[in-house]
Amino acid sequence: MIAAPIILAAGVAVGVVVALVVVRRRRAADLAPRGTRRILFPYVGTQLSVSALDAALRIARAENATLVPAYLAPVPMAVPLDTPIPRACDRAFEMEEAIEQRAAGANVPVDGRIGRGRTVRHALRGLLADEHYDRIVVAAATGRTDGLSVADVAWLLEHAPGEVVVLRPADEAALAAA
Amino acid sequence: MAGRHTVFLGMAAGVGKTYRMLREGHGERGEGRDVVIGYLEPHGRVETEAQADGLERIAPRIVNYRDVELTEMDLPAVLDRRPELALVDELAHTNAPGLEHEKRYEDVADVLAAGIDVYSTVNVQHLESLNDQVTELTGVRVRETFPDSVLSDADELVLVDLTPSALIERLRAGKVYPAARVPAALNGFFRIEHLEALREVALRQVAEDVEAKRLRVDMLPAREDRLMDTAAPQAVGERLLALVTPQPSSQRIVRRAWRSAQRLGAEMDVLIVLGREPSAAEREQIEAFHRLGSLLGARVIVEEGDDVVDVAARVARERRSTYVLIGTPAARGAVRRLTGPSLVDRLLRALPGVDLRIVADRSRREWPRS
Repeated sequence: MIAAPIILAAGVAVGVVVALVVVRRRRAADLAPRGTRRILFPYVGTQLSVSALDAALRIARAENATLVPAYLAPVPMAVPLDTPIPRACDRAFEMEEAIEQRAAGANVPVDGRIGRGRTVRHALRGLLADEHYDRIVVAAATGRTDGLSVADVAWLLEHAPGEVVVLRPADEAALAAA
Repeated sequence: MAGRHTVFLGMAAGVGKTYRMLREGHGERGEGRDVVIGYLEPHGRVETEAQADGLERIAPRIVNYRDVELTEMDLPAVLDRRPELALVDELAHTNAPGLEHEKRYEDVADVLAAGIDVYSTVNVQHLESLNDQVTELTGVRVRETFPDSVLSDADELVLVDLTPSALIERLRAGKVYPAARVPAALNGFFRIEHLEALREVALRQVAEDVEAKRLRVDMLPAREDRLMDTAAPQAVGERLLALVTPQPSSQRIVRRAWRSAQRLGAEMDVLIVLGREPSAAEREQIEAFHRLGSLLGARVIVEEGDDVVDVAARVARERRSTYVLIGTPAARGAVRRLTGPSLVDRLLRALPGVDLRIVADRSRREWPRS
């Protein structure tokens, strides 16, 4: 007669402990860094092709990699290269947030960057020197979405070490800033 | 006090930079200023020579180099003459070996440092950072380059513009080069598509300069605030402190802090507290925060300490922060909730009078964005 409540209490206690362990493990899995591979995704402008970004996210997800979207910010010639560029950062942050939201939907971790330079190529050169990455994915410009020019893509193919994936988006939909 | 530097910028030879500089020199002289020609490269252009008439000209130096006589600006003579305004042609020119400086823009820096105003001329293709671009556009690599800082430090940039077709007309009419050089020039550098591209580069350059100067004016009050801040006993304005960890997820805290700082017209600091030796990935992230700070004009502070709250409270006091922004603290277990106050509670107690803001991860929102 006395044993039944004790067994019940023990069962409840075990159940609580198991539930706590499961919750903790899930939480730990959520917080654990996923993959150390990094996919650099340099972009320009504020009209990023949705299909190009989605393709980059698919690659990152398939490789269990972190997407490193890097906004390439131009620095006017007439100011020193290390001058703060708040307006460009505003644009970059808006884009970063939009990319992060889409990446969250695809369950891909994001580590945003802003690269700066006098030209796109100058910024790319700095970015390649500063960042470690396993692969570069870039979107080429189309009629309605921003992207790297043919000349910049050619430069990247010639100068960037490692694998470069160039996406030419077929659609005309642009990612809206957050 | 250093002299003021005005640069007359053009897309190519023959657009009339030197002519315009001389005309402006006449204008200044008409206003009663002491104007001399420090160096003029007339290239045998009749119009340019005629425009130089009536202005005092400092004789160039003749330098013999490998049995060739080269004419160079006489820098000591310009400095001795001490005019109010010196007109100096061809800013990107490389001097003959053995002179005071290797480049003419360095001579010009000496003249400016002596308190003499300078008008100078240069073509956009000589700008160092555009060298690759110009080579690609024109197929010609320009060897005589000058650093971007010369242009950015100039007080005024004047674009001397001409349509490509008008320039080609001038070339054909023998107003740019002697007749013998015209066919080669037309088939080489002076192609209409090259000139159109160079013109675009020059126009963009001047537009960027105008924007940059406006930005500099915009930023001036902030600089003055910083100077005042060092002497003032109390912080006058708002100042934000973003407390972050060296993790990619912390970037949203910096972004949110930055937006708030922009709205408040406040300055922003970013604080990273390290309780142990950072891993390679964390070091990389700290470097990335430093680069981001430099882009934003924010100071990134890295401190070591076992207790984040103690360090944050000390830094906030030192920096006179009025807001502290933190990320959403990790959930605490029941035992820890019972045994001690939360990070938020401790920060609130350690920083009386300072607003504390917790930055949420918006990607976890459960309702759709409007």
